[in-house]
Amino acid sequence: MAHKAPRTITAEMVADAVYRAIPGLACDLPDDVKRALVAARAAETSPRGQVVLDHLIENAAIAACDRVPLCQDTGSVWACLEIGPETRVAGDVFAGVDAAVARAFAEARLRTSLACDAALDRSNTGDNTPAFCELSVASGHTDHSGHAAPAGTDPARARLHLMLKGGGSDNASRVVMLVPGAGRQGIVEEVVACVREKAASACAPVVVGVGIGSTFDKVAGLAKRALMRRIDEPTPHEGVAALEAELLAAVNATGLGPGGLGGATTALAVKANTAPCHIAALPLAVNMGCSAMRRLSIDL
Amino acid sequence: MTSKDPQAPPAPRKPQSLRPLALPLARPVLATLRAGDTCTLTGPLFTLRDAGHILLLAELQKEGRLPFGLDGQTIFYAGPTPPAAGRPFGAIGPTTASRMDFAAPALHRAGIVATIGKGPRSPEVAQACKETGSAYFVATGGAAAFLAKCVETSTTLAYDELGTEALRMIEVVDFPVFVGIDVQGNDVYHRNDGCPPG
Repeated sequence: MAHKAPRTITAEMVADAVYRAIPGLACDLPDDVKRALVAARAAETSPRGQVVLDHLIENAAIAACDRVPLCQDTGSVWACLEIGPETRVAGDVFAGVDAAVARAFAEARLRTSLACDAALDRSNTGDNTPAFCELSVASGHTDHSGHAAPAGTDPARARLHLMLKGGGSDNASRVVMLVPGAGRQGIVEEVVACVREKAASACAPVVVGVGIGSTFDKVAGLAKRALMRRIDEPTPHEGVAALEAELLAAVNATGLGPGGLGGATTALAVKANTAPCHIAALPLAVNMGCSAMRRLSIDL
Repeated sequence: MTSKDPQAPPAPRKPQSLRPLALPLARPVLATLRAGDTCTLTGPLFTLRDAGHILLLAELQKEGRLPFGLDGQTIFYAGPTPPAAGRPFGAIGPTTASRMDFAAPALHRAGIVATIGKGPRSPEVAQACKETGSAYFVATGGAAAFLAKCVETSTTLAYDELGTEALRMIEVVDFPVFVGIDVQGNDVYHRNDGCPPG
């Protein structure tokens, strides 16, 4: 790829992208999720599981047609700007995001779901702000999940990753510091335990984001970023793809099913990111995504 | 997506016919329901969730009885979005019921006949259902545009300052639910107590 001059991403570019994306995020179920629900319905033999999947499929059609939210929990806004080594950002690149969120939530008639302070003031902020923003500077060789970037990845890229994250599914998430001796089996057991305990409250069939490695604070981010990958997007790393398949089979073998009311499809997908870690550590994070997996990545 | 381990539940039974139920629910009718049954509800429901339960519980403790005409009624754990598409709410669906477990036993003993939410409840809630002849219903989480079409009217009764978490009376028509916990304390999420999977 031809070398590009450094380009500059401004706060206005980010705020504008956030503002324009939010109504669609709230009302339109991503195509890959919709297809996965339809496939799950075709394979489902549990009567209650069938009813739940019918509700979810009809829900997506109503939301898209009537331009109403897929879920009453229209979520907190997560905005992650991933930039390549040859991209510049102008100062506080997220300076306009809160205003964009407030305006979009009011205009699209979405629910404001944020408390002022978790410990000190539980009153509603009234406009769904603040958004939770982060800047992810990828090296020339890795993508923002820490994996090797595919050949030809633009070093001057700027991708804005957006998610509307519901409270119920985020509450169903966890970070565990396993011992290295727990190994692969320990990882599988912990992910299955989390699903068993929480998937029924997290609006199954869920999308399970798994982070393995790095440090206590970083591993949750790995799990969250895994949720950004499309269900039908193959994982570039062969070993990770095999682990995802093993985890998905184990999760669906629980028989919890749609809504946790019984059935074959407890999870539509398991998406994992792995990373290096300390020799003493095996950090594991599960970030549960609900069946209304509202996410979008935009090239700025 | 269909692989099963040897511990997985046995093959599901045939679906029960959809039972239409009138709100407010009569306890003799509730007594005929079993965990796992599918029903539809028509009539008034009362929406309340986290912050509202703290306030309601405080009022109950102070006054010794349920305020706002809640005696004999059903609480729907939900915080809706604003009106849209000509309906009272653009979207309304169940929130995680276990977060209201701290209040549910006291509310059942004070006269709440049923609650609607998603996900499993504590043993204390199942015990309170058994003791008082009350029930817990499960609605499909994440189907809030679909469920909003079942809502005809909405009136805010209290706690307006809580925004989406205010106490509202809503009128629903053919609102679809599953019986989560029945009057015998059986739980649809538990597989070893006589409630068949699927």
